[in-house]
Amino acid sequence: MSLRKMFNRRGSAPVARDRLQLILAHERGNAGGSDLVMVLREEILAVIAKHVVVEQDRVQIRLERGKDVSTLGVDIELPVPLVPRRQAA
Amino acid sequence: MAKILVVTSGKGGVGKTTTTAALGAALAQAGQSVAVVDFDVGLRNLDLVMGAERRVVYDLINVVNGDAKLNQALIRDKRLENLSLLPASQTRDKDALTDEGVARVMEELREKFDWVICDSPAGIERGATLAMRHADLAVVVTNPEVSSVRDSDRIIGLLDSKTVKAERGETMEKHLILTRYDPARADRGDMLKIDDVLEILSIPLLAIIPESMEVLRASNVGCPVTLNNPLCAPSRAYIDAVRRLKGDTVPMAVPSDKKSLLNKLFTRRAA
Repeated sequence: MSLRKMFNRRGSAPVARDRLQLILAHERGNAGGSDLVMVLREEILAVIAKHVVVEQDRVQIRLERGKDVSTLGVDIELPVPLVPRRQAA
Repeated sequence: MAKILVVTSGKGGVGKTTTTAALGAALAQAGQSVAVVDFDVGLRNLDLVMGAERRVVYDLINVVNGDAKLNQALIRDKRLENLSLLPASQTRDKDALTDEGVARVMEELREKFDWVICDSPAGIERGATLAMRHADLAVVVTNPEVSSVRDSDRIIGLLDSKTVKAERGETMEKHLILTRYDPARADRGDMLKIDDVLEILSIPLLAIIPESMEVLRASNVGCPVTLNNPLCAPSRAYIDAVRRLKGDTVPMAVPSDKKSLLNKLFTRRAA
C-alpha cells in the first residue's frame, strides 16, 4: 500500500452506503405497484400501433436510474416503407 | 399467552438460526418458557444448532397435517427444561404447509408458552411469509454488507404488508440485529457503519453481534452460544437483546477494535 493511499483512504463503505440508498429509494417506490416499465411499454405501444403497424417484438424499453433524474428510452423499429394503419371501415 | 417473534432476513447465511437459538436459550435462561420453531422445511438446521438432531421424531408438518400431536413433536432441551424445539421436516417441501394448519399450530403454541420464536427460511417465498404470518414482532437479522441490507429492506416491506398484524391495520414491531460486525473493518472504512445501516433500514437496533469464533464453536458442539459461553461478547449482546425484548432499558454495547496502536502496526491486515 502506498503512503498516499494510506493517508488518503476513505474506504469502500461510503460507496456501499450511497449505492444502497440509491437503489432502495427506487425499489421502495416500486414496491406494491405493478411493473412500471411493463405498463409504459404496453401503453406506448398501443398509442403507436393505432397509427402504424408495429411488430411487438421489435420494441426495446430501457429505464436508466440516476441520482437526480431517470430516463426512459423507447426504441421502436418501424418497417420500411412505413405502413400506416388503415382507418377502420 | 405467548408473544410470537419471527427471526427473518431475506438473505441466507446471515445468522437467523444462530440468532433464534441464542435468543430462545437466553429467554429460557431468564426464566421464560420458550418454543423455537424451525420453518425451513426441507433444509432444517435449528435442530443441529441446538444439539437435538438425534431426537427428532415428529416435525412441524406432521403436526400441521394432524399426523402427530404438538406435544409429541416438541423436543424439550436437555439443558434448559423450559426451552422446547419444534423441528422442520427434512424430507417434505414447504408446499406441505397449509395456511390453516400453520395458524392452528401457532395458536396452540401461543397457549402453551411465554415466547414462540419462528426461524424463517431465507428468501421471500411461501416458507418465509408463513414464518412471519402470525408474528407479533420481528427481529430482522442483517450483516453490514450491501446484499444483506437490500434483502432486509425487502423483508421489512413484507412484514408491513403480508402479516396478519399488517392486514388488520396494526403496526408490526420490528427490531434489527446486526450480526458479524467487525469493528476493525468498520474503523478502516471497509464495512458499512452501524449508523449507515440504521439510517437505511430505519428500524430500531436490538443488538450488535460482533464477528466471533465463539459462534462457530457453539454451533460445532450443538449448543446455543448464550449457553455454551455466556460470557463471550456475542452472548452478552444476545442476553442484552433479550432484556430489551422484555422491556428493560439496557445501554447498547458497541464492539470496538481494542487492539493498541503498536499491536495494529505489527498485525498483518486480513484481506
